[in-house]
Amino acid sequence: MTKKNLLALLPVALVLLIPVATQSPYLLHMFILSLLWITLGQSWNLLGGYTGQISYGHAAFFGVGAYATAIMVKSGQPPATAWWGLLLGGLAAAVIGALIGWICFRLRGSYFALSVLALSEVLRLVAVNWRQLTNGAEGILFIPAFTSKTYYYYIAFALAAINYGVIRWVMRSKPGYYFLAIREDQDCAESLGIDTTRYKLYSLLISSFFTGAAGAFYMNYMGFIDPGIVFSIPDISIMMILVTMLGGAATKWGPAVGAVIFILVSEIFRVWVGSGHLLFFGVLIVAIIIYFPSGIVGAIMDWRARRRRAPAAVPAA
Amino acid sequence: MSPQVAGQLELLGQVLISGVLLGGLYALIGLGMSLIMGVMKIINLAHGELMMVAMYITFWAFTLGKIDPYVSLLIVFPLMFLLGVGIQKFLLSPVMEADTVLPQGQVLLTVGLGLILSNLALLLFSANYRSVPVSYASKTIYWDLHVGGQTISLSFSYPFLLAFVIAGILGGSLFIFLAKTDTGRMIRATAQDKRAAALMGVNTKRITYITFGLGSALVGAAGALLDPVYYLYPNIGGPFTNKAFVITILGGLGDIPGAVLGGLVLGLAESLGSVYISLGYKDAFGFIIFVLVLIFMPRGLLGRGRI
Repeated sequence: MTKKNLLALLPVALVLLIPVATQSPYLLHMFILSLLWITLGQSWNLLGGYTGQISYGHAAFFGVGAYATAIMVKSGQPPATAWWGLLLGGLAAAVIGALIGWICFRLRGSYFALSVLALSEVLRLVAVNWRQLTNGAEGILFIPAFTSKTYYYYIAFALAAINYGVIRWVMRSKPGYYFLAIREDQDCAESLGIDTTRYKLYSLLISSFFTGAAGAFYMNYMGFIDPGIVFSIPDISIMMILVTMLGGAATKWGPAVGAVIFILVSEIFRVWVGSGHLLFFGVLIVAIIIYFPSGIVGAIMDWRARRRRAPAAVPAA
Repeated sequence: MSPQVAGQLELLGQVLISGVLLGGLYALIGLGMSLIMGVMKIINLAHGELMMVAMYITFWAFTLGKIDPYVSLLIVFPLMFLLGVGIQKFLLSPVMEADTVLPQGQVLLTVGLGLILSNLALLLFSANYRSVPVSYASKTIYWDLHVGGQTISLSFSYPFLLAFVIAGILGGSLFIFLAKTDTGRMIRATAQDKRAAALMGVNTKRITYITFGLGSALVGAAGALLDPVYYLYPNIGGPFTNKAFVITILGGLGDIPGAVLGGLVLGLAESLGSVYISLGYKDAFGFIIFVLVLIFMPRGLLGRGRI
């Protein structure tokens, strides 16, 4: 392992030590939410940022993951066994993803984006109306398995880290290059022999799996879900887009940076301003698209690339 | 014919009538969306929120100025047109030129815009449900049919009927405008091939402003017409945005006459579904048809949309 890699491990070690440093439930709660949103942002980024397939309804996968495990707990399983529910939630979401991807990825353009949005609304209606299964609009409430937030912290960290690792690994291997090719020019990718329908589906499967797992984690951690929370378009689907765009779409660390800022700003609004956080985020989305399209990490990368190029442009004296 | 069969027929007739009347309003919503889709090639995800704005304008005109919702169309239509032009000119057009990693920057922008509009309304007008209590809200017109010795009595809600007629007039005027006037021809040319239109001397930028303005004005008119028969609240936009894109896909992306058909189909589907299947799933029926259309006829019901 090179020196640079060792240095990169330092912040990871610091993040791992946070629960040792502080036992404050409030601080840990903030960190756990940040980690959850890092997972959500990274998942959206794989599909939207790297593969170029914008989804306006990722809440569909989040909600399915949450409900899959919640229904398990409701049907008599103790919440502790719901830990492998993270896997179950992910798989349930991936099945839904496979279905919608199979239908929509044969078509181009807005069809996928709109279908996912429609899907998340249909699933919300199902969750409200199928009362025997989901308790309807009342939601599902239970006592979480652990009282200490430390456990949840490490689980959220593991989820985000595995998600990060999988996406890094995929993006360095052949499918990753196919994803980028599809985003840049689908016709070109197809003419080079890439089965674009299949690779778009692979990207969606990974993305929906981790979104579903994050949903399952959310429900285990919070101990309560209802259709309005987990299938919310503004609070989940749009915020996943915001987190990714704010940090920088199609960048390694963009979603992480975006997630931390997002949680920080949400908390500032919750504590000091009260209402209007969605209004602020709406303005933020518009402002980012118009003035700051590469996001924070993207802008730093652009700036570094310019600085590296700059000396070469100066003619040798 | 037995009285039971007559009763069933009466129910079916009633359901079909309310479906078609509702469909007329949906068609108006879909026309605006389809127009924008045809020219700008984007899905306007703030469409329902624009309708919400128009509904609040109508509501305040009625509450403060005692202006009848149907008369306030004269205010709503130009105001919404200006709002649409402003959105296109100052927000969407600049993004068209920006270079970004993410595709669909403009669609993302409309998402942000929708969030802004609905939450602004929430802050300004609170989350309360409001309605426009016009004096003729529950007035109905009856139509008795004599079939096989039985009388089938069908009722038409007066405000719905009026809304349907006005929607028809607006839709008809739109078609005449697009077919006969120079501006209308320029809009159609831009929708067909933007670059070629620009080469033929069409100011395509101005055309996009007019198109977004018209799209907003049409959905705004639908909002004003919906006010006397519906209630309004700040988050009403989201479900209607969903309806709008379902209509657009049913009609075929960018197919303007198709949008009328899509609106009627959605109105009928919701009306039939909520009576014969389940009221709770009313909003899901449109989506189910939407998915079926996606699988089997992705170019829309008329088969003329772009893929």
